[in-house]
Amino acid sequence: MKRFESTDTYVATDDLKVAVNAAVRLRRPLLVKGEPGTGKTVLAHEIAAAIGAPLIEWTVKSTTKAAQGLYEYDAVARLRDGQLGDPRVHDIANYIRRGKLWEAFTHPTPPVLLIDEVDKADIEFPNDLLHELDRMEFHVYETGETVRAAERPIVVITSNNEKDLPDAFLRRCFFHYIRFPDRETMQAIVDVHFPGIQKLLVGRALDLFYEVREVPGLKKKPSTSELIDWLKLLLHEDMPLEVLQNRDPTKAIPPLHGALLKNEQDVMLFERLAFMARRQGRP
Amino acid sequence: MFLNFLDALRAAGIPVGIKEHLVLIEALDADVIERTPEDFYHLARATYVKDEGLIDRFDQVFARVFQGVLGSGGEARPEIPADWLKAVAERYLTPEQMAEIQSLGSWDAIMDTLRQRLEEQTGRHQGGSKWIGTGGTSPFGNGGYNPEGVRIGGEGRHGRAIKVWDKREFRNLDNTRELGTRNIKVALRRLRRFAREGAADEFDLDGTVAGTARQGWLDVKMRPERRNAVKLLLFLDVGGSMDPFVKLCEELFSAATAEFRHLEFWYFHNCPYEGVWKDNRRRYQERTPTWDVLHKFGSDHKLLFVGDASMSPYEISHPGGSVEHMNEEAGAVWLQRLTTAYPAAAWLNPLPREQWDYGQSIRMIRDLMADRMYPLTLAGLDEATRELTRKR
Repeated sequence: MKRFESTDTYVATDDLKVAVNAAVRLRRPLLVKGEPGTGKTVLAHEIAAAIGAPLIEWTVKSTTKAAQGLYEYDAVARLRDGQLGDPRVHDIANYIRRGKLWEAFTHPTPPVLLIDEVDKADIEFPNDLLHELDRMEFHVYETGETVRAAERPIVVITSNNEKDLPDAFLRRCFFHYIRFPDRETMQAIVDVHFPGIQKLLVGRALDLFYEVREVPGLKKKPSTSELIDWLKLLLHEDMPLEVLQNRDPTKAIPPLHGALLKNEQDVMLFERLAFMARRQGRP
Repeated sequence: MFLNFLDALRAAGIPVGIKEHLVLIEALDADVIERTPEDFYHLARATYVKDEGLIDRFDQVFARVFQGVLGSGGEARPEIPADWLKAVAERYLTPEQMAEIQSLGSWDAIMDTLRQRLEEQTGRHQGGSKWIGTGGTSPFGNGGYNPEGVRIGGEGRHGRAIKVWDKREFRNLDNTRELGTRNIKVALRRLRRFAREGAADEFDLDGTVAGTARQGWLDVKMRPERRNAVKLLLFLDVGGSMDPFVKLCEELFSAATAEFRHLEFWYFHNCPYEGVWKDNRRRYQERTPTWDVLHKFGSDHKLLFVGDASMSPYEISHPGGSVEHMNEEAGAVWLQRLTTAYPAAAWLNPLPREQWDYGQSIRMIRDLMADRMYPLTLAGLDEATRELTRKR
């Protein structure tokens, strides 16, 4: 099995590498938390690419039930078929729809299973998956069969911290918190995404970016993915370096701010700051 | 193997069990990591710590337990290096201030003071108070595992570690406290009101039978699921006289956040005025105008205050009476506005009922709340939930 390292598209810190490799080797779920936009979901894609396994994504929503990940029994379709006299009706297996966990357990090669945003679901959701993730098997009541993983898949679970996860669930996982990258890591991330970008431009843009993050009272601080988008825009617009360099406090809003500030209150806040700077500057 | 480490972690309040320990041994056995102290540290952290708020505490324990064992990497309480002190000084002092201080005495003397100050801070921190540790905003957060002292500048650059130790008195309530909240959760259960709202994704057996009988063919009916539809606005008094009751309030807050889907909370000090806030560290920058609350949330919300109602009577009755700012309208006006907008309202008071008659402000608040004040005990909570669910 290949080890997980930084790739030419993803920058992994040392602690992340250790956590991922431990989870991959011991086949225990890896729980990843962190600010939105720090690359939690991308991590699963990168793990799959690094060890050459297929990726199965299960995106959790507030209405998702744990049982949907195993299988669903479509009683209504069977009832309809029964009325129409369809011969399929005699085999109950025709009405069992496989879920993502079933897919992952029976995949010929062990895949990477991503359970995305586990905290979005009901508070009981993780508890309902305890046994399935621990033993990697479950029972289908309708047909009486037991689905068991021949080789345990690699499970990556992401959480945005909206709800606390139960202790029993946490016990079974490796945990990694993706902290917001410091300046050096951020530089490395930018280099990975835009190899030819001018050093000066990036330096100046990063200054601006961290300045924006430091403004107190922002509703949504821009994160890594927003920075990448913003740089993309700056490159696309061929923004001259001077625009970034000649920073005038009376124009507090950074150029092309739409990529960084996602909230009209935040934009207003910046406009107010600019206004106050202008007023102070007046004799 | 590493059993004393496990004990030390448990003693520090990090919830680790045998399961985690076995996983760590298994991982070491499987040669998951290179045999370096750094990798071992990362592996142990990923295995034992499941909450980013506890990483800081873990770092301290790790440093203490492996002091001297891991060589240069793991010294617990190193001498505070001079360049750290310089970094702190540069960060918190303006050039003018630095010049002024330098004129007062020698640089070394000042550095000694600063060193003492920082050591005192480290000591307090090692004492295990979690507030400063959470989120890694403390400059000495990792207690010396990482001797470069990244967190002095590293985290501070992101605008978080601004003299946290000076701002400690107004900390946010911790809603992660699970012990002892079960009883409260059970009491809050009374506040449930089930309603069917949202997408129709549940099979309606009775409706299907009735529809099929009427139509003559299979008529499948679906309906939305039953969910708790109670909406709660929670206002918590913090700071000052509420300090002795922090634990109690945390338990209530923790139980309430777990129990209700529609819960909005704000903090206030002594009496609600024109602004309330969501984050005590930003209480002066990020205020929510109370008018916004009144406009945004419909009258079907239930209103719950938690506070000891102990203050100067002027804070309630007079404009400008607030202890910390100039309020243009009296607290009583705001309280009346809130209780008028939300007919279902109650005030929970952590002080025992016997003491209520001795405080003039408590009597005033109780009058303003139309006698709907209850002690913050399980029995009182029960009474309050009855009041809130009373049909009007």
